[in-house]
Amino acid sequence: MAERLVIIGNGMAPGRMLEHLFEAAPGQFDVTIFNAEPRVNYNRLMLSPVLSGEKTYEDIITHGDDWYAANNVTLHKSSPVTLIDREARRVVSTNGIVADYDKLVIATGSSPFIPPVPGHQLPGVVTYRDLDDVDKMLAAGPGCKVVVIGGGLLGLEAAAGLKMQGMDVTVLHLMPTLMERQLDPAAGYLLERAFKDRGISVITKANTKQVLGTDRVEGVELNDGTIIDCSMVVMAVGIRPASGLAKAAGLAVNRGIVVDDQLRTDDPHVFALGECAEHRGTCYGLVAPLYEMGEVLAKTLAGQPSAYQGSVTSTKLKVTGIDLFSAGDFGEAEDREEVVLRDASAGVYKRLVLKDDRIIGAVLYGETSDGPWYFDLLKRGVDTREMRDTLIFGQAYQGGAALDPMAAVAALPDEAEICGCNGVCKGKITGAITGKGLNTLDGVRAHTKASASCGSCTHLVEQLLHVTLGDAYNPAAVQPMCPCTEYGHDDVRRLIIAKGLKSIPAVMQELEWKTSCGCAKCRPALNYYLVSDWPGEYEDDGQSRFINERVHANIQKDGTYSVVPRMWGGMTNPKELRAIADVADKFAIPAVKVTGGQRIDLLGVKKEDLPLVWADLNAAGMVSGAAYAKGLRTVKTCVGSDWCRFGTQDSTGLGIRLEKFMWGSWTPAKVKLAVSGCPRNCAEATCKDIGVICVDSGYDIHFAGAAGLDIKGTELLCHADTEDEALEIIVALTQLYREQGRYLERIYKWAKRVGTPSILANVVTDKEKRRHYYERFVYSQTFAQIDPWEERVNGKDAHEFAAMAEFGMPVAAE
Amino acid sequence: MSDWIEIGTIDAIPRRGSRCVNTPAGKIAVFRTQEDQVFAIENRCPHKHGPLSEGIVHGASVTCPLHNWVFDLTTGQALGADEGQVKTYPIDLVDGRIFMAFTADLVAAE
Repeated sequence: MAERLVIIGNGMAPGRMLEHLFEAAPGQFDVTIFNAEPRVNYNRLMLSPVLSGEKTYEDIITHGDDWYAANNVTLHKSSPVTLIDREARRVVSTNGIVADYDKLVIATGSSPFIPPVPGHQLPGVVTYRDLDDVDKMLAAGPGCKVVVIGGGLLGLEAAAGLKMQGMDVTVLHLMPTLMERQLDPAAGYLLERAFKDRGISVITKANTKQVLGTDRVEGVELNDGTIIDCSMVVMAVGIRPASGLAKAAGLAVNRGIVVDDQLRTDDPHVFALGECAEHRGTCYGLVAPLYEMGEVLAKTLAGQPSAYQGSVTSTKLKVTGIDLFSAGDFGEAEDREEVVLRDASAGVYKRLVLKDDRIIGAVLYGETSDGPWYFDLLKRGVDTREMRDTLIFGQAYQGGAALDPMAAVAALPDEAEICGCNGVCKGKITGAITGKGLNTLDGVRAHTKASASCGSCTHLVEQLLHVTLGDAYNPAAVQPMCPCTEYGHDDVRRLIIAKGLKSIPAVMQELEWKTSCGCAKCRPALNYYLVSDWPGEYEDDGQSRFINERVHANIQKDGTYSVVPRMWGGMTNPKELRAIADVADKFAIPAVKVTGGQRIDLLGVKKEDLPLVWADLNAAGMVSGAAYAKGLRTVKTCVGSDWCRFGTQDSTGLGIRLEKFMWGSWTPAKVKLAVSGCPRNCAEATCKDIGVICVDSGYDIHFAGAAGLDIKGTELLCHADTEDEALEIIVALTQLYREQGRYLERIYKWAKRVGTPSILANVVTDKEKRRHYYERFVYSQTFAQIDPWEERVNGKDAHEFAAMAEFGMPVAAE
Repeated sequence: MSDWIEIGTIDAIPRRGSRCVNTPAGKIAVFRTQEDQVFAIENRCPHKHGPLSEGIVHGASVTCPLHNWVFDLTTGQALGADEGQVKTYPIDLVDGRIFMAFTADLVAAE
């Protein structure tokens, strides 16, 4: 009969331990797990990307329900254990579940330490340990003012994530520099500057006196009297081993539960593992040691000899766009030497601490690719005398090897650690690639766990795939934007925001574009993404726009242009018509046509005449119709309740209002609207990007129609009772599309890709979210609603409309 | 037989942009790259006669605004799968002043 193994806690350490155990001793144990959280095992290291919105919960699940079923594991969710009866060898949970054990593993992890300042129990004070905490923080929504107490790893990742969610974040840190346990003051300073550059306030030497508020959090007061208003406080001061249960059961406990080299407590039937355990006086809070413990414990349980010797740890900050690595001991002492490299303009700082010619500490900021190499030298205690002069420049400079990252990876010894989280060395990865015939990153992750946790070694693993497989490795899972980059549109959009990239050269530099200045495919896309993401900050790059958007007219097959003035909602008047007729006469415009969007097209205008034509149209009160733009085109209307005997609402009025609200906005592809006054739908609203059908009770809002390359009727998004509500929904929908759409992707294609439920969730069901999208659109319009024709009439881009030089013509007449 | 004639200064053309020089034999597109190189080619795509001066300039290439043919500005050769060639004109750049070699056919009105 199988032995009964009971595990208290379902975090990453016991999860990893079980994987090893099932491999080493399949069927030896009947496993029962008590989990305080209501879910399966997930990768806690990845909470920060979930908080920042770069990943979802589903992305970070390690073991799904099927894994427990397949391994015959009984998982009790939402069942914290309240009692360990060591005499009866039995545990009891709060919800009354009783389980007997032959072997017990305590893996209760740690609890956040909350400083007992006045007000710490107010609603609005949250911690950052699990997914429930993340959900609580996200519920606060964009615009919320947040104070994060604690400038360590956890606090900073929380701050960066909350900032990316659009919150207003202040970090308070007790010590003079950030992350002082992992970083020296110089690197701490660079880190502080990087956070401030992202718009996150950082106050160091900040001693919190109390959390203010009566019913819920209203602010934080510091000892020096400073008061910071906020509606949420995130406590990220530190963690404490959760050893209370063990203590109550009479086990030996110091800071954590005391274990020997086999992870055994002072009761031979009880083991402890992970953050709650104390081994040789040390409690660990990083994942690599926990995994090492898991491996040792699995062997111990399986009856194989094994001993845990303690771990040397390294740290990486998981904030997109900030590269930081630290390992070992970097305090100053007399018998130590140090090598420092600073490059202020590149924001690079590297410091190695040496003792007896061996590396004992390393801090890297800004450029961390040599981190694993230094860490390997540190752990193996390699004598560095021979390479002392070039050590700080990194591995690529050793032995005259070429400065090629691929060569650097190829040169790593087999025992060099690639994945710090999972303790996977190079030899294990290359062995698995050849031995198991792996050719994808996911394959390597599945078989070796390398790059499966925090993911910061992903590029190293990819390079190993490259080195091992040569050209047989094809990482292109996503369709790259164009041949200038490996990134797809979605990654580029995400990284523009995450890295705060605000110019085309910055994007190309940071995302390692393969061409010097892009191509005709990526440049217009990047220009749009930057216009859309950084209103008021990004300076539009005309040379990256297609000619039509550069000269605000439509190029025709013979190199002339067509000009379409706006007619709001399709309404016009004699004055406008007269001006159009006069312009056509004056400039001998060969063709005048009524368009499908209810306005008038003047075709065959010579380029040099464009500013003059516009000047006359401007004088009659007309502005550009943007008939050339990846932006709002027309709002087609019927005459509605003003004239029509069937009209239910003022469709013309709503159409004009929408057009006046939304003109000038740039979008991923063109956007055409229509408003019909009744379901007879004379404005043909049900094949538009966004269409409104007025009914007696209000407004049915449709979207995702097409009547071009594809024919597709719209889908009904929702019903709005009032015109104001309809406007807000349409505007929010457009903004969501502006933020998510890929360049040249029409609304119907975007909607198909992201799915209607996610669109509904953002602009219909969650009114607060809708409001934020609406407000972002309104803000962006303050920079967009400038008539481009008038600007050019007044001299902007004059070079576009005149030849550089003329030769031969007048001279020849002489 | 050709003459070097000054057609303007480099500042008159935006980086990654182009302007035309009008001659009796047609328009010549003068390009300025991001790296301030200057090239002159016939402003007429061999495909459907698109005005190449209106294209997007990237590296030392331009993409025709009508149907996206791409031309190497240094040779006038179409790149990629398309086959074609536009005429190129020698350019000399002296202290920011652009000189173009005018051959007889360009000032052929005499």
